[in-house]
Amino acid sequence: MTFVDQLLQFILSGITQGSIYAIVALGFTIIYNSTEIINFAQGEFVMLGAMFMLTLNITLGLPLPVAFILSVIAVMIIGVLIDIIVISPIKKPTQLSLIIITIGASIFVKGVAMFVWKKDYHAATPFSGEVPISIGPAAITPQALWVIGITGTVLIFLHIFFEYTNTGKGMRACAINPRAASLLGIKVKRMVLISFGLAGALGAIAGIIIAPITFANYNMGLMLGLKGFCGAVIGGLGSVPGAIVGGFALGILESLGAGLISSAYKDAIAFVVLLLVLFMKPTGILGKSESKRV
Amino acid sequence: MQMPDKKKYFNRNFLYVGTLIATVILIPYFLRNDYYLHVLILIGLHAIIVLGLNLLMGYAGQISLGHAAFYGLGAYTSGILTVVYGFHPVIAALIALLFVGIIAYVVGVPSLKLKGHYLAMATLGFGIIAGIIFNEMKFTASHLDLPMGGPEGITDIPKLYLIKYNLNIDQILSLKLSDITGVSQVVPNLYAFNIVLDNDLKYYYLVWTFTIVILILSSNIINSRVGRALRALHTSETAASTLGVDIQKYKVSVFVISALFASIAGSLYAHFIASVGPSSFGFHKSIMLVVMVVVGGMASIWGSIFGAAVITLLPEVLHVFEDFDIIIYGLILMLILIFLPEGLTRGVIDRVKGRFFK
Amino acid sequence: MKGKKFLLLGFLLIISAGLLVASCEKAPPELTGEPYVIGGIFSVTGRASFLGEPEKKSMELYAEIINSEGGINGHPVEVVIYDDEGDATNSVTLVKKLIEKDNVLAIIGPSLSGNTLSIIPVIEEKEVPLVSCAASVKITQPIKKWVFKTPQTDVMAVEKIYEYLIANNIKKIAIITVANGFGNSGKEQLQLLAPGMDIVIVAEESFGPEDTDMTSQLTVIKGTDAEAIICWGTNPGPAIVAKNIVQLDIKIPLFQSHGVASPKFIDIAGDAANGIILPSGKILVAKELSKSDPQRKVLLNYKKLYEDAFEGSNVSSFGGHAWDAMAMVTEALKVSGTDRALLRDEIEKTTDYIGIHGIFNMSPEDHNGLNKETAFVLLKIEDGKWVIIE
Repeated sequence: MTFVDQLLQFILSGITQGSIYAIVALGFTIIYNSTEIINFAQGEFVMLGAMFMLTLNITLGLPLPVAFILSVIAVMIIGVLIDIIVISPIKKPTQLSLIIITIGASIFVKGVAMFVWKKDYHAATPFSGEVPISIGPAAITPQALWVIGITGTVLIFLHIFFEYTNTGKGMRACAINPRAASLLGIKVKRMVLISFGLAGALGAIAGIIIAPITFANYNMGLMLGLKGFCGAVIGGLGSVPGAIVGGFALGILESLGAGLISSAYKDAIAFVVLLLVLFMKPTGILGKSESKRV
Repeated sequence: MQMPDKKKYFNRNFLYVGTLIATVILIPYFLRNDYYLHVLILIGLHAIIVLGLNLLMGYAGQISLGHAAFYGLGAYTSGILTVVYGFHPVIAALIALLFVGIIAYVVGVPSLKLKGHYLAMATLGFGIIAGIIFNEMKFTASHLDLPMGGPEGITDIPKLYLIKYNLNIDQILSLKLSDITGVSQVVPNLYAFNIVLDNDLKYYYLVWTFTIVILILSSNIINSRVGRALRALHTSETAASTLGVDIQKYKVSVFVISALFASIAGSLYAHFIASVGPSSFGFHKSIMLVVMVVVGGMASIWGSIFGAAVITLLPEVLHVFEDFDIIIYGLILMLILIFLPEGLTRGVIDRVKGRFFK
Repeated sequence: MKGKKFLLLGFLLIISAGLLVASCEKAPPELTGEPYVIGGIFSVTGRASFLGEPEKKSMELYAEIINSEGGINGHPVEVVIYDDEGDATNSVTLVKKLIEKDNVLAIIGPSLSGNTLSIIPVIEEKEVPLVSCAASVKITQPIKKWVFKTPQTDVMAVEKIYEYLIANNIKKIAIITVANGFGNSGKEQLQLLAPGMDIVIVAEESFGPEDTDMTSQLTVIKGTDAEAIICWGTNPGPAIVAKNIVQLDIKIPLFQSHGVASPKFIDIAGDAANGIILPSGKILVAKELSKSDPQRKVLLNYKKLYEDAFEGSNVSSFGGHAWDAMAMVTEALKVSGTDRALLRDEIEKTTDYIGIHGIFNMSPEDHNGLNKETAFVLLKIEDGKWVIIE
């Protein structure tokens, strides 16, 4: 294997990993965009998506597309419930209290998941077999292509949603200035509700498509959530293309770090780059300092 | 105009501190059990960190999601210096303090230019990097059979001692005594000067002395010029800067102070538990410390102690629930934030006041 | 608004009440004598729950069985088990709780090596016998008076693999280990034993316990002239390594550690598991052991008891550590009664105990008591089944 061949494989691995981070980062972005909340429970949405999918598809034997849609709806409902039960009753929300309460919610959800699904790891069925696809000297699994494809599709849908629908435009307005938005007749509370539902759905999709690659258990959400958050910040908090770019950047960085420098310190390398990005351009690669745009 | 108010405030504070000291002194007379003392020591250690973190979060309004790293750095530096290089614990702790101070300064200067979530992310990233280093770092020394460190951590850290000096003339002395009396007996080692904190009771008093000193220190910081500048900064950074407050300088100082407090707690931890491992200073610990601040009450010195106590005790109480404890833990956290968003101290006091002084 | 809040409060209270009831369903033993209390500290939740969970279950099961058979000299056995969540600070707190509050006669656990090492000072100071369920050699070398352990040391597992490599004329290997206590201990032993057996480690890679892709590390290994890969880790990492090796079309043989010796591994790694060789306790192949093997009966018995008691869970090798520990402690209690010092002496005198993980012979010089002949067999996975290859 020549060095160039290896490099190609590192980048390909990075893209696979990056697509996972990117779709998790998108969930953070949606909620941040309309509420400025960093939802630490986002990783748990991913976990719930994967676990529901396993139960419906493997234990109950529902066909894959049906299980997929039902899982997404289930986690969407949980997202909405978290907003109704936990977020909206807070009287004077501050950034910090919102961070802590989403952490509380994530601990709770994780605990319940442990109770329901136990602690074992489970393998999900890949969507279209496991025969690796060769790209020159490097190889990628079919499931990784699914992840990349679905992330891309989701991105297009989100773009259309935010740019061309009234709800989407309303959500953007809420992010820029909630009070002005409410004066214009936009129901801010409802927008927050929708964004939690949407983030739940996105998290679920992420969990479902990555479960065949990563295996699933109740504890998978934390690390994925942190990496997704990291990706969202690198790309620029609040920017949808930023989340995608940040996620892929993080994935490729980790993979190159592991391959070329040291696998033991690859996460540290990724976080050092994150700090450098923050120190040099705090708003991220694609973030704009003044007004936020999607 | 201001003087009487201030005086009254101080009098009341003296009363509180006096009560705390009395409680700390008396508790061991009621709880003669190493387990309870152990938990009280942990509360004291957490309180030290939370006091610093509260200065940073409650008064200066800056978030840190990586404070366990400073706690860990303090503990690791003390552990490594005493075990691998044979330093005296007190000197090791002082070096740790210096080291953590420098790291906090280096991290703080660029980080504290960031606001809100970006600062949260930067500190979180720093905490994770430190965690990975704790997990990978290894030490070899001639007197160690296997390398120390890594996931198993540093073990065999000596008990904290101030003086351990032995003239080695006790042998002669005991010999003489048995010669005279004709009975061989164990004689207390008169010519060894030992001040070793070798049991939990002594350690409990030591840790809480530190806690109380740091409590008084924090309270002085808050009531000083620095404290006023901090509060101005928390309310509105723009306003504070137009009034000539050098925001960046104050933010960094508070950040470094809070890191130093964490380092002290870390050194005390290392000699108490006698080992340090990466599992104790990870992301979870950072979050737990922030939770202590919020639960106790932001910008409340006494809330820090209270928050540290509640969150440290909670898992001990929740063990009854076995695997369900994490669900209950999450529940309690959410309930506190929904019903008492100001933290337990403020929240409860406000409620009581609201009921009786309407 | 207010109504909603109270509705929520009520809802939450009902959940808590339900949980409280659910967690208190254990029936008290009916024996009359003063109970013998044995403590347990396991990582039942958190990253190492794959160890703590079966250990806790096995310990409880053992106590249940011994009580149903009349206890120890008429005394029922009571177990008090705490969860350290994988955090060493918790282990130290809990060991003091067991000794001071629950007044236990002996302690079994913790599950992790780092956690065991942190509680040793307390154990030695308070003079309570400890039988650890963690593997590190540092636990029993040098010998500590009050500390024993049941798991095989990693040295034995590494030797098994290296002997096989030499027999098959493989000299150059690549290792990939998980960045936690288990992987670290394996890595140390792999490095330590290689020179003596004329084996060269040409690549050393590692991965995080929660990593989801190891293709980068394996690509590096693919670029070397390694003739075999040894992976040291616990689920799910090694299963991902196995899948990634198939993905990258790496042809050299893959060896795994006893850390994945459970049916779960084949379950999640699927077809990628085939061809993997690993050292394992005999529990996985109990049925296939020769009839003359003294452990066969013990293993089949444990497997049946465990799988009957906990429906839906497969027996893994980890639960056996707590089972063996309980067996030795209760056996010693028969002689010693409530005297901790006597109990320690009796545990040290354990001879020819036929356990899940081998035949134990404790002595003042050896507080583990296992040898590699009885502790490990080398297994190969063929068509999703374990096959003994010796």
